[in-house]
Amino acid sequence: MSGVHVSTTINGDAVEFVCQPGEVLLDVLRNRVGLTGAKEGCGTGDCGACSVTVDGRLVCACLVLGAEVEGRAVNTVEGMANGNQLHPLQQKFIEHAALQCGICTPGFLVAAKALLDRNSDPTEEQIRYALAGNLCRCTGYDKIVRAVQAAAKDLAVDATKPAAKKKATKKPSKKSA
Amino acid sequence: MRYEAPTTTKDAVALLSKTKGKGQVLAGGSDLLVRLKGGFVEPEVIVDIKRIPAMQAVSKTASGFKIGAAVSCAQLGENSALKKAWPGVVEAANLIGSDQIQSRCTVVGNLCNASPAADSVPAMVAAKAKAVVVGPKGKRTVPVEDVVAGPGKTTLKAGELIESITLPARKGKSGDAYLRFIPRTEMDIAVCSAGVSLTLGKGGVVAEARVALGAVAPTVVLVPAAAKAIIGTKLDDDALAAMAAACEAACNPIDDKRGTVEFRTEVAGVLAKRAAKIAYQRAGG
Repeated sequence: MSGVHVSTTINGDAVEFVCQPGEVLLDVLRNRVGLTGAKEGCGTGDCGACSVTVDGRLVCACLVLGAEVEGRAVNTVEGMANGNQLHPLQQKFIEHAALQCGICTPGFLVAAKALLDRNSDPTEEQIRYALAGNLCRCTGYDKIVRAVQAAAKDLAVDATKPAAKKKATKKPSKKSA
Repeated sequence: MRYEAPTTTKDAVALLSKTKGKGQVLAGGSDLLVRLKGGFVEPEVIVDIKRIPAMQAVSKTASGFKIGAAVSCAQLGENSALKKAWPGVVEAANLIGSDQIQSRCTVVGNLCNASPAADSVPAMVAAKAKAVVVGPKGKRTVPVEDVVAGPGKTTLKAGELIESITLPARKGKSGDAYLRFIPRTEMDIAVCSAGVSLTLGKGGVVAEARVALGAVAPTVVLVPAAAKAIIGTKLDDDALAAMAAACEAACNPIDDKRGTVEFRTEVAGVLAKRAAKIAYQRAGG
C-alpha cells in the first residue's frame, strides 16, 4: 500500500506529510504532525471532540481523509492562542469553569470560534444549536454556553478598539522610520 | 486501497469503471468514512469528487437549478437564490447532522446512501428533482425517486456516479416544505417525514402538487393520491384529511425502537398536512 504525499497548511504553517489512503485527518494530526489537541471520542462524527476547520469550515477530523487536505488550510485548537495570549474563548472557558475532564474542550473551542467568526453576537439558542455537534459528558452545557457568551462580549469590546489600537501602533512606527 | 482525486467527471467514471464496482465515491464522507472505519466496505479505490469543478457549484440555469454532487449542505443553506426558490429542499438538507456534518454532507451522498430516512430525499422527490447520472455509457437523467432501490441499495450501475441534481424552475405562486418527526429537537434520524411541493392557480387553488414521505417504506415514496386529494382545493380541512388518509394508505413502515408501524403511519399523515400548509403559505396562498 503506497502512501499519499500531502502538502497543506496547518495553523498557518506549511506542512508536508505522507499518509495511508484511508487514514483520517485526525490520525494524521495526532500521530504524524504531533498536534494532539483534537481528540478522538467516537470516531464517527457524532461527538465533535476532533473538531477542526478546513478552509474555514468546521468539520470532524475523524470524517476527513488526510489525503483530502492537499492544498487546503487546516486550523486546530493549537492555532487559537496568539503566542502566550489565550484566545478570549479559552480565557472564558477557564474563568467559567466550562470544563472538567477536558476531552471535549478543544472541539468546543474550535466549534465556538467557528460560530463567533460568522456570528459575533449569537443568541443562546444559536449557541446551543451551533454546539449541538459537540458532546460533553461531564459538565453539562450551561457553563460552556455562558463562557461562549462572555467571550462574544469580550470580542465585541475588542472589535470597537482596533481603530484606536492602529493609531497607537502607527505613531511609534512613524517615529522609528 | 488507493485514494484518487480526479479533476473531471470523465476521469472519475474511468476510475470507477476500472475497478468494476469496487470503487467508492467520496463526497462529504460522512457516511462512507464511518462504513470504512467499521469495515463494512473495502474499496479498491476511493474517488474523491471534490476536485471536479463541474461538481462544485450551485448554478441557476434556464430550466432551474443545478446542484453539483460535491456541494455541501451548508453551501446550499448559504445560497439565497436556491433558498428562495426551493426553501423546503434547503431546509431538509440543512436538517442533516451538526454544523460539522453540514460542512461536508451532500444531498447526492444522502441520496446514494439510500437510507429510507434520508432527510433531503423526500423534499427532492416532492420538488421533482432529477439526478444527472454519468457512466461508461454516457449521461442519463433519472428522477430522484428512481435512484434508490431499497435500504442501502441504488439503481446506479457499476462505474456510474451522480454528477449533479437538477431542480426545475419555479413558476408563479409556488412553495415547498419538509417536516420530520424526531423525539429530540435536532441531531437525530427521522422517525417519519414528509415533503410537499405545490403551485397555486387562480384564486389560491392548488393547481399542481407532489407529496413524498420518508421513513415509512423501504424507499422514499411519492404519493400521487395524496397530491390528487389537494389539487383543486384551497387546503380546506376535508382536503387535508383526504390527503392524510392517502398518505397513511401509502405507508409500509417497519416497527423498531424509534417508532411503531401505527405511530409512523399516523404521524406521516399529520406531517404531510402540516408541510402542505407551510408550502401553501410560502406559495403566497
